[in-house]
Amino acid sequence: MATTERKPILLDFEKPLAELEARIVQIRELAEENDVDVSDQICQLEAKAVQLRQEIFSGLSPLQRLQVARHPRRPSTLDYIQAIGDEWMELHGDRGGSDDLALVAGVARLAGRPVVMLGHQKGRDTKDNMTRNFGMASPGGYRKVMRLMDHANRFGMPILTFIDTPGAYPGIEAERLGQGEAIAYNLREMFRLDVPIINTVIGEGGSGGALGIGVGDRLLMFEHSVYYVASPEACAAILWRDAAKAPQAAEALKITATDLKQLGVVDEVLPEPIGAAHADPITAAETLKISIVKHLDDLSRLTSQQRQELRYQKFRAIGVFTEIPA
Amino acid sequence: MSLFDWFANRQKSGPISKDRQEREIADGLWSKCEACGVLTYTKDLQANQLVCPECSHHIRVHSDERIRQLIDSNTWIAIDTQLVATDPLTFRDRKSYSDRLQETKEKTKLLDAVQTGVGRLDGLPIAFGVMDFRFMGGSMGSVVGEKLTRLIERATRERLPVVIICASGGARMQEGMLSLMQMAKISAALQRLRDARLLYIPVLTHPTTGGVTASFAMLGDIILAEPKATIGFAGRRVVEQTLREKLPDDFQTAEYLLQHGFVDAIVPRTQLKQTLARLIRLHQPAASTTTSTTHLSMHLPEVRSLSVTTPE
Repeated sequence: MATTERKPILLDFEKPLAELEARIVQIRELAEENDVDVSDQICQLEAKAVQLRQEIFSGLSPLQRLQVARHPRRPSTLDYIQAIGDEWMELHGDRGGSDDLALVAGVARLAGRPVVMLGHQKGRDTKDNMTRNFGMASPGGYRKVMRLMDHANRFGMPILTFIDTPGAYPGIEAERLGQGEAIAYNLREMFRLDVPIINTVIGEGGSGGALGIGVGDRLLMFEHSVYYVASPEACAAILWRDAAKAPQAAEALKITATDLKQLGVVDEVLPEPIGAAHADPITAAETLKISIVKHLDDLSRLTSQQRQELRYQKFRAIGVFTEIPA
Repeated sequence: MSLFDWFANRQKSGPISKDRQEREIADGLWSKCEACGVLTYTKDLQANQLVCPECSHHIRVHSDERIRQLIDSNTWIAIDTQLVATDPLTFRDRKSYSDRLQETKEKTKLLDAVQTGVGRLDGLPIAFGVMDFRFMGGSMGSVVGEKLTRLIERATRERLPVVIICASGGARMQEGMLSLMQMAKISAALQRLRDARLLYIPVLTHPTTGGVTASFAMLGDIILAEPKATIGFAGRRVVEQTLREKLPDDFQTAEYLLQHGFVDAIVPRTQLKQTLARLIRLHQPAASTTTSTTHLSMHLPEVRSLSVTTPE
């Protein structure tokens, strides 16, 4: 998991909190130097800091949530896989000439049972981000994870996918290799698989690039993660013809976990520790593991035909329209 | 006045004046090709299925005209004609989605961006869906998703081949994630159609991009495209911005996709109906087979490109 010694990266709305915390440290140092007892004051201030943190994170706007979801220290797919798995071995390659590092996949053991885990991998720093292409997958990535999902299906292993991408890579090479076809193929084939599939949005769910590994029996979403049809920036540029209108677009698009639960797109919202997952990755990973194991237990009680039928009906029911009498 | 006289008179009056030309274009008597600028008598253009006789440019075809072009007369039965979009997110950009829907409905006389139904194509019963780019850029929201899903489900029940004419900018942003999920919903229905060993042929027309490309457009057993149609996942401008370089002219054209293995054939519109009929017939059990069940005789023959392939 992310190491705590590194200097924290502060989002704008976290600044008042950081200032308060700095003041607490200052007072404590001063008190020690001058040998005064200020423990009452410090207790008060610390309580205030906890309250402030709670207030800030419970009242985040959609755009602020987007910032949290994109936080450079937010736990990534590999962080979660390593935290929740008993063991894990990454496997590589689409067997068609490429190994996309923006999508990782492998065999693992979760709470004793063999599973296949896969997901988008964002980089932990600039250099890593170059290797990972900022979590923007290419057709080879979608084909690699499809290969391993097929593998899981043959060996009766449940599939856990972790979604964290700004979107599929919009590059010339990706287009040439059939980005659209690669995603489309996964969408259809994930309905064919009969092992349990659980999808979790751990950070950013960027449009078709997210959906390409997002078909399953359950869709879980961390409280501060987002999932959108078009990024607020792109949406603002297209519909408002002004990229500066991203806050309005973020609001209008209904991208937060609670909004999507209401729309019937998301099955369960996973609560995050106070200050979001990056403040306490271990607790976030525990929440994730408990939820996944619970859903796996539920899904294991069904026959493969029942699972396929329920998966079909789950997506079949999504959409809002009216049918006017003829 | 005899026809000869009329013709002589007409010649005498010389080339039609610019004024009259513009009036007649406005009246819809003549149509100007947006690619080569040549004027064609509108009725001739329609007879040529809106393909410019001069430069073969494929002018955009609306859904009603597509149905006329491909479905045998008096066989079209539209289905799910009463499905209308609501505004589930109460979405508002520079205009509210509700107002936008209302205006588009009035302007296009359509309820949403796809028409679906069953009919006969050269005598062959098919399930047919046709997108209409006039309706908010052919964008896919809940109604498009639901109508196409119902069409595919019906085809699966009634054992019909499915043909869908794609023309879309992608998912409809005004319905947010509900639009994105239509990609999965339609793909699910296509999985069942495939399981039932029924034929599905999408025809990609200008433009087919975004979420439509990343779902049902690319899931055909056989994929056809119209000449020079723009087909791609990411928008050209987005790709240009990512790479900060100019893209080749043919990037994301039907020809480019054929060359890179993502469409089976480019079919000029004037040959589309006969091509579809031929393909559907090729996938039907041979007439002489008497004992085999439909299942066993639904073999998938190797498909060769119908157009000239470039050596590579």
